[in-house]
Amino acid sequence: MAEEIKSPVPQPPDGEAKPAAEAPSSPQHIAAPEDEKPAAAPSGASEEAKTAVPATPPSPKPAAAAAPPAKPTAPAKPTGPVPTPWTSPMVEKYKRQYGSGLEAQTYLGQNYFTVDSSLISDFLRLLRDDEQFDYCVDVTATHYPSRQKQFDVIWILYSFARNERIRVKTQIADGASLPSSVSIWPTANWLEREVYDMFGIKFDGHPELKRILLPEGWKGFPLRKDYGILQQDNEWVQINLGIESGQ
Amino acid sequence: MNDSNPLSPLDLETPDKTYLDSNELIINMGPQHPATHGVLRVILKLDGEKVLGTECVIGYLHRGVEKIAENRTYTMFNPYVDRMDYVAAVSNGLGYCQAVEKLLNVEAPPRANYIRVILTELNRIASHQLWLGTHALDIGAMTPLFYTFRDREEILKIFEKYCGARLTTHAFRIGGCLYETYAGFEKDVKNFLAFFAPKIGEYEELLTTNRIWLERTRNVGVISGPDAIALGVTGPVLRASGVKWDIRKAQPYANYADFNFEIPIGKNGDTYDRYLVRMEEMRQSARIIEQAVNGIPEGPIMAKVPKVIKPAVGEIYHSIEAPKGELGYFIVSDGSTQPYRVRVRPPSFVNLQALDVMVRGMLVADVVAVIGTLDIVLGEVDR
Repeated sequence: MAEEIKSPVPQPPDGEAKPAAEAPSSPQHIAAPEDEKPAAAPSGASEEAKTAVPATPPSPKPAAAAAPPAKPTAPAKPTGPVPTPWTSPMVEKYKRQYGSGLEAQTYLGQNYFTVDSSLISDFLRLLRDDEQFDYCVDVTATHYPSRQKQFDVIWILYSFARNERIRVKTQIADGASLPSSVSIWPTANWLEREVYDMFGIKFDGHPELKRILLPEGWKGFPLRKDYGILQQDNEWVQINLGIESGQ
Repeated sequence: MNDSNPLSPLDLETPDKTYLDSNELIINMGPQHPATHGVLRVILKLDGEKVLGTECVIGYLHRGVEKIAENRTYTMFNPYVDRMDYVAAVSNGLGYCQAVEKLLNVEAPPRANYIRVILTELNRIASHQLWLGTHALDIGAMTPLFYTFRDREEILKIFEKYCGARLTTHAFRIGGCLYETYAGFEKDVKNFLAFFAPKIGEYEELLTTNRIWLERTRNVGVISGPDAIALGVTGPVLRASGVKWDIRKAQPYANYADFNFEIPIGKNGDTYDRYLVRMEEMRQSARIIEQAVNGIPEGPIMAKVPKVIKPAVGEIYHSIEAPKGELGYFIVSDGSTQPYRVRVRPPSFVNLQALDVMVRGMLVADVVAVIGTLDIVLGEVDR
């Protein structure tokens, strides 16, 4: 018992993900001693620990509660490097061609284009055909739920001939789709499937757009920000064990 | 005789439509199959023994590493990356640490980089040894497995002495290395190099001119250079197809520019060439280690990084030459202590996509050889 009541002493800030305190307590107490044993076992800390008990709400899982520092996004930004305009003959050429639909920037020495989603197919093809970006390293996405166009979709490209790596970024809204780049780089096949699997972004013209890592019947898209890490687990215990939360 | 689908109900009315006449068969290989190196399921469409097409079913080991990252701090996520390609944990850690360092705009000090290079190259040898042992075993040569595991043990011992772990090492920290080299580290590494130098010859003696090995690997799973590039294949698989590209040379990181080494390439892009390329890579890795251990500079092993890692808002992509190919990390920071998004570009995942192209028209037994030669680790494919 001493181990378990000792644990609230460090009292980390409560993670937003661990509020559920009503889970049965016994299994967690088995987990707790791992962390706390060396300190708690010999010490006569029981009386100060006892005083600590009422002060703290029952913190069900000390080992895990120590994990997330859980600071909701820090408002005070350290002044760091900022993206600067990227200038090169290639950039000039495409700026002339596309005008305001295209932006070119450099951040920490890495160059990227931000392109309007209507231009993306043409632009990627031009990069491969005219600029020798023949290797599509990766296709991925990022979710910004507060934005109107919620998703950034990012292509990371490399050119063997130029030994140059660039990124192409575009923004799309939830439910909108993008033209598939499989016809440009066959490697995009699985990569786009993974983006679909994790974010639910559809790619028009993809040969077989279906889930790749998750099973067919999976609900939701895990890498979206509104997909909580506990919802899957909670749903399962609610259905199968009849308890509110497994945490 | 006829083109009826073997899986459709048997047509008993027409006498010549019998089950035996059917010429397309769909079978499952895996997910629990000793030659799939983990839990890979390949659906094979066969005509007799000839492969007409394949479909990979993956995700059995999916743990949502990228989602985990968003719920951990930068430091706390560091050990997780070891669990992706768990036979090359050191490389995974190097890629992640360097990506975060880039995002923080700091550089690890030279001594840390030298230690990193030594451990990463040792890990490359260990990874290739494991590949060789299992790949040869799949094809029917059992002896190399015992040889390679015996020798790999020596590398794992060095890891254990350095950081306490053999497999999932968590050897590096953001900003450099946590541990100074232990007393006798250089000696251990040099002893290993002396011990290992004749061993590659031993492996090669077993296989390189072995007639069965040649029959089973030559012209098997051929992929041309342009096809490999189009499919995004990297690492030894790409180099065996004649493309001389290695990130350690093309865009050097971690002081790799200080060392002399060659990039071995193949000609035919077949399984045999990939074998030769990896054998030579082990020799080159030993060469790099030798230079690094002799030139290891004095100085600090940690750069100045804040206790709480909180990169400025921005995004970064950094990739390294892992034993299996280009391992990249794309990290988005929102200015908080937790990454907003971590994307891992896994070499195994992308290379596995080439399986279909490589085995079409081959025999079922060759599928086993090609899975082995791709050197995938399912922990990394599925993440």
